[in-house]
Amino acid sequence: MSEEIRKIIAEHGRLSVDVAGLAPDADLYHAGMTSHASVNVMLALEDHFDIEFPDRMLKRSVFESISAIAAALAELQTEAVA
Amino acid sequence: MSIAVDRDQSFLNTVRVIAEEVAAPNADTVDCDARFPAETIAALREKQALSAFIPTELGGDGVSFEALASACFELGQRCGASAMVFAMHQIQVATIVRHLDDAPWFEGYLRDVAAEQRLIASVTSEVGTGGDMGRSIASVEPAGDGLGRFEKQAPTVSYGAHADDLLTTLRRSPEAEPGDQVCVLTRKDQHTLEPTSSWDPLGMRGTCSPGNVVRAELPLEQILPTQFARVMNESMVPISHILWSHLWLGIATDAFSRARTFVRAAAKRKPGEPLPAAIRLSELMSELSLLRAEVSSGLREFVDASAEDRARLSEMAMILRFNNLKIATSEQAPRVCQGALGVCGIMGFKNDTPFSVGRHLRDTMSACLMVANERIHQTNASLLLIAKDV
Repeated sequence: MSEEIRKIIAEHGRLSVDVAGLAPDADLYHAGMTSHASVNVMLALEDHFDIEFPDRMLKRSVFESISAIAAALAELQTEAVA
Repeated sequence: MSIAVDRDQSFLNTVRVIAEEVAAPNADTVDCDARFPAETIAALREKQALSAFIPTELGGDGVSFEALASACFELGQRCGASAMVFAMHQIQVATIVRHLDDAPWFEGYLRDVAAEQRLIASVTSEVGTGGDMGRSIASVEPAGDGLGRFEKQAPTVSYGAHADDLLTTLRRSPEAEPGDQVCVLTRKDQHTLEPTSSWDPLGMRGTCSPGNVVRAELPLEQILPTQFARVMNESMVPISHILWSHLWLGIATDAFSRARTFVRAAAKRKPGEPLPAAIRLSELMSELSLLRAEVSSGLREFVDASAEDRARLSEMAMILRFNNLKIATSEQAPRVCQGALGVCGIMGFKNDTPFSVGRHLRDTMSACLMVANERIHQTNASLLLIAKDV
């Protein structure tokens, strides 16, 4: 999942650094992702994983790192299965 | 009555008296001369009102946030500029109070604000960021020996020359991205302000807000440790929008009240005769009630969210909520003032009658520029693409 997330961030996150070199817990906003770019990342994630982020997840902290995004996606996918 | 309610009541009574007896009689010269409302701020200082929101254990009065909002409304009815200076100071105080985690220096600082009634101004806007408070160009540069320094080009600094201290947003370090920001507090003896423009605006003239280059050197402990993105979403932005909207409501309420006095006087002069202005007044009342409803529901939702789980304020649906409060009230307040002008006619248009509403109209016209509505719409447009239940 992490690789797919990285690909989406590379495409939509408009980071000022190469996403390949980022640690899973590196702060994406500190790496140059703007709030506007983060919305595009969210839209692309929803589209790619066929999920919808509920409002409680739509905040900066949920999208601030690759591992945080992976955790949110895992939570949603578990919910979908349950 | 509980102690807390008592405290709020006594604070509000004090502010009401100052609004009536000090702010109101000086409002016209403050406006006319574009001068700082020094008398009002001195009176507020004397009654310890600048530290009203600081918790009692840090030397303040510990009044509720609702009381603070009501105080902005009261002052707004008598002098928009006094209310704005008071509101902007309280925004900085409330922001610091809500983000004291791991910030021992700031606890001591709040004690000083209470003891010395220090007035805080803010330097959040910056030339070149397109009005986006969430990005900075200037940064904290290391200056050795635990010191940092900065130089920031600010297009407006409200009452900067009259403030004791400044709260400035900056990039965390020279290497940091524009969105990686912190807030920095500097005292008057640690910063200099070099005015870069004059101040002769249409309204809110007493806020004295010319552009400035701000330069400072400060100990690094004067940087608020919490990331500014959090401070901004959980406190600074919603609190600004709530306190501003309360004072805009205050100004609009006074304009309405002048229109009402005008209509009553006309009705007494010609009892029983048809009075077209009375119908216009009735129409105006519904406009005012829309404004009042939005202001009070915004306050309620903020207080509830703060009590329940403050982190919720960072959710996009909440950001949209408080952005909307600002957009809606900043457009509605001048609409009410213009409606009052329509009721009073030439008597409202003239600057020296009991029904004058020119100052009210001009002051509220600044509302859509304080963080430009266009800029907020841009943010909202983006958030609306992804937020669900708004």
